[in-house]
Amino acid sequence: MNAVANIQAEPLLRVQGLSKWYGHVLGCRDVSFEMRPGEVLGVVGESGSGKTTLLKCLSGRLVPSSGQVEFETRRHGLTDIYALSEPDRRRMQREDWGFVHQNPRDGLRMRVSGGANVAEPLMNMGQRHYGEMRRSTVEWLERVELDTSRIDDKPRNFSGGMQQRIQVARNLIHGPKLVFMDEPTGGLDVSVQARLLDLLRELVRDLGLAVIIVTHDMAVARLMADRLLVMRRGEVVETGLTDQVLDDPQHAYTQLLVSSVLQI
Amino acid sequence: MTEASPPANLAERYYNYAYLDEQTKRMIRRAILKALAIPGYQAPFGSREMPVPYGWGTGGIQLTAAIIGPDDVYKCIDQGADDTTNAVSIRKFFAKVADVATTEDTSDATIIQTRHRIPEQSLKAGQVLVFQVPQPEPLRGLEARETETRAMHAYEEYGLQYVSLYENISAYGRIAATAGYPVMIEERYLMSPSPIPKFDNPKMDDNEAILLFGAGREKRIYALPPHTRVRSLDFEDYPFEVQSWEENCALCGAEDSYLDEVVLDDAGNKMFVCSDSHFCGERRKAGHSGPMAGHQLDQTVEGNTP
Repeated sequence: MNAVANIQAEPLLRVQGLSKWYGHVLGCRDVSFEMRPGEVLGVVGESGSGKTTLLKCLSGRLVPSSGQVEFETRRHGLTDIYALSEPDRRRMQREDWGFVHQNPRDGLRMRVSGGANVAEPLMNMGQRHYGEMRRSTVEWLERVELDTSRIDDKPRNFSGGMQQRIQVARNLIHGPKLVFMDEPTGGLDVSVQARLLDLLRELVRDLGLAVIIVTHDMAVARLMADRLLVMRRGEVVETGLTDQVLDDPQHAYTQLLVSSVLQI
Repeated sequence: MTEASPPANLAERYYNYAYLDEQTKRMIRRAILKALAIPGYQAPFGSREMPVPYGWGTGGIQLTAAIIGPDDVYKCIDQGADDTTNAVSIRKFFAKVADVATTEDTSDATIIQTRHRIPEQSLKAGQVLVFQVPQPEPLRGLEARETETRAMHAYEEYGLQYVSLYENISAYGRIAATAGYPVMIEERYLMSPSPIPKFDNPKMDDNEAILLFGAGREKRIYALPPHTRVRSLDFEDYPFEVQSWEENCALCGAEDSYLDEVVLDDAGNKMFVCSDSHFCGERRKAGHSGPMAGHQLDQTVEGNTP
C-alpha cells in the first residue's frame, strides 16, 4: 500500500478517552488516538509510565476503567471490542490479532515443539490437514530465518533470539491485521536484537501489517515506528511522526528521554 | 432371653444402603441427570471420601452407589478382566453394602463398572456402563488453567486439542496416542473417554447402553445417553484408526478382540490373549480354540479345567 492511500483509509483502530485505574493508582489516563492499516505505532516511556497497561487495554486483556477501544473487525466491522460478547472477542483476538511477548516463554507453549507452536493458530482457525499445516510452518520458519530441520525441536532447545523468531512466526502465520509487540527485543543481546529488528521491519513492510510496539528503547522506536506516543505517569505527553519527535522533541520529558540515550 | 439373635450380616447394617447416605446419592443423581442432559459436559459434583484412595476408582464407585438397587446385577472389570484384585474387591464391596447379585457375564449385568475397557460383547438397552476416570479434562495436558479450559469448552475452542495430535504425527509419523483418545460428542463437547484403548472408541458411538463417567478426585461426572454420536478426532490426511495385531488370541483364537501381551518366562516367550476375560472364556466354552489352547493359563477360567 502506498502512503497516500494509507492516510485516506478508514481507521483500523480508534481509541477514545481510555483510562485505567488500579484502585487509587493510575495505570493510564485519557489516551486517544487513531491508527490506519499498515501503520506502525511506537509507545515509548520509562518504566511505570503506563505503556504495558495501555497495551493490555488495547489488546483486550484488561478491561479499561473508562473509554473506548474500537477495532475494524473482520466479522463485525468497526466495533468497541469490550462491547463484543466474550466468545466473539476471543475469536477476533485469535483471527485478527497477534501478540508478541517480551519473554518468549509467555508467548510459546514450552512443552510442544516449535513447529506445533507455529501451526497452532492455524488449528485454532479450523485447519485440519496436517500436510498443509506442515508446509506453511516450514515456509514461515524460512521467512523468520530459522533452520527448518529443527522444526520438531522443543522451544527450550532454541536460543533466546530463535525463540523470539518462533514467536514472531506463530503470531503472523494466520494473517493478522494488527500485531501487538511488548518489548520484542527486550531480553536479547545487541547483535541479535539488530538482526531481529531488521527481520521484523521487513516482514511488517511486506505484509502491510499494523503494529503497536511498546518499548523503552529509543533506537527500536526509531527503526520500527512511523509514529510515536510518548508516555509519562500514565498520560500521553507528546505524539507525532517518529523522526519529528526524536529530532525535535517539544515536551520537556521527551527532551530528557531523547538526551538520555547513550552515545558510543 | 426373648431377644432375637442378631442377623448374620450385622456388620453391614452399620452402613447405609450402598454405603453413601441418601442425601449424597440424591446429589450425585442430580449431577448424573445434568450430565445426561448435556452429553459430554463435565458436571461438577461434591465428591465424597471413599474407603479406598483416590485413583482406585472412587468416581466410579460413587456413581454405582448412587444408581444401584437391590434388583440390579453387578459386574466389575479392571483392564477387561473380572478376576483382578481391584475388580474382585469392588465387586465384593457392592455385594456387601448393596446386597446385589454379582456376575461375570456381560449380558446378565445391569450395571457394569469398568476401568480401562469396554466389553467386547455389545451392550444393550437397559445396561449402564460406569467408567472410573482419573483426568476428565482432555485439554489439561496442554492448558493447565481450569478457568481457561472451561472457557474453551463453553466457546467450543478446540483447536488446541489438535496440537497434541500434530505433535504425535511429527514425532512418530502417525497418531500414536493409544489410550484416552479424545472424542467429540454430538459435534459439540470435546470429551476424554477415560484411559480406554482407542480400540474401544468406536464402541461408544451410537451405543444402546448408558455410559457414565465419574472422576472422584477431580469431582466431575459426565455421561453419554443411548445412541449418542461419538467421533474420534483426526486430521484429514491422518484419519483415525484403531490398534491391530498380527496374531489372534492364543487361547480362543479371536481375531477381532483387544489383546494383552503376556510374558511367559525369562526366555522371551509370550502370548497374546483377549483382555476381556469373560468374552474369551465364552468363546472357549463354545468350542473356539487358539494356537496355545490347553496352556495352564487356560485353566484359570471356571469350567475349563481339563
